[in-house]
Amino acid sequence: MPKFLVDNKEIQAKQGTILLKACLDNEIYIPNLCYLEGIDPPSVSCRMCFVKIEGERQPVPSCTVTVKDDMVVKTDTPAVRQLQRTALRLLLSVHHVDCKNCQANKKCELQRMAKFLKVGLKPKGLERHLREIEIDRSHPFLDYYPNRCVLCGKCIHVCREKNGQSALTFSKRGFDTVISFYGVKDLSTFECENCNACIDICPVGALILKESKEEFLK
Amino acid sequence: MHEELTPEEKEALKHVVSKFDSFEKQRGNLIPILQMVQNKLSYLPPEAIKIVSEYLEIFECEVFGVATFYNQFRFHPPGKHPIKVCLGTACHVRAGDIILENFERKLGIHAGETTADKEFSIEKVACVGCCALAPVAIIDETVHGHMAPSKVEGLLMRIEIEKEMEERAKIKDESGR
Repeated sequence: MPKFLVDNKEIQAKQGTILLKACLDNEIYIPNLCYLEGIDPPSVSCRMCFVKIEGERQPVPSCTVTVKDDMVVKTDTPAVRQLQRTALRLLLSVHHVDCKNCQANKKCELQRMAKFLKVGLKPKGLERHLREIEIDRSHPFLDYYPNRCVLCGKCIHVCREKNGQSALTFSKRGFDTVISFYGVKDLSTFECENCNACIDICPVGALILKESKEEFLK
Repeated sequence: MHEELTPEEKEALKHVVSKFDSFEKQRGNLIPILQMVQNKLSYLPPEAIKIVSEYLEIFECEVFGVATFYNQFRFHPPGKHPIKVCLGTACHVRAGDIILENFERKLGIHAGETTADKEFSIEKVACVGCCALAPVAIIDETVHGHMAPSKVEGLLMRIEIEKEMEERAKIKDESGR
């Protein structure tokens, strides 16, 4: 079993363990959004989980590294923090910050990271880019808030795990990317009503259960 | 919101579906199949997405996700007068997005959509090869360089007038005979 140092703490983990997971399991917090065990290869899209590994010139995303013997890892260097803060600021610049009215208030990963990295929830100096549509109500049981979504892709993954294929997908591209449920109404065999896997996995409050089904049938 | 397919479109769709057999039922064939459908129908109506998803046995939403990623696929029939607004680097610098916005506002549709009367559709394109004329818009086949927001209305008006003149000429022709 590889033994290695993270922030001067000795850690042991099984061969082949992802560094990020090993750290999280040993109560060393590294900000992360898109990492989920089982997404293989990892999507590495949130750009939050950077660490400095001795011997590497630049910080690397810890979800892409497997543990090795005698690795020396630092999670708190200025370069790492700068990358993380920038990534978080960019995420918040496309986020409708309205925590009071958000279901995820106090259990939101963005709030947690902002507190941890000491970044204000409304960062200055960046233009705000919000999408036109505030709520997508096209799903029979869910509501989707594009301006809360961080596009981590976890919901798509868990849906595929659970149902073989995913009823959610990324649609469009670039700034316009959203999660879409296109065609979901035709999936009569689909057990969305009792599943909720996507809601549970969402690190922010982008997917929430519809208050009532009648609302949809109207 | 979506209008029903016209009889010709239904016929075309049927014809395309009969050709699906030449593709194996593999995920990798999704894009070639979508391309073939769009070639025949000139856009991807929801009906076509449904049929493709059934043929390849993947969810409609995945087909939709793939199709929306690529610029080449469109979801509305092209209008009689397609408007292409260039947003390439040079046009971007010369505020092509404002030209686009003007067309969008004037016609009351977004880029990628078609007006209800099927006369106009707006498309974003990335460079049409005459950057010296930036910002550029192409209406039908005509390139309009050095576009300005104030020119937008004039161009649309001209098409309207041309259409009216044609109609009048037709009436004259018919009554003359």
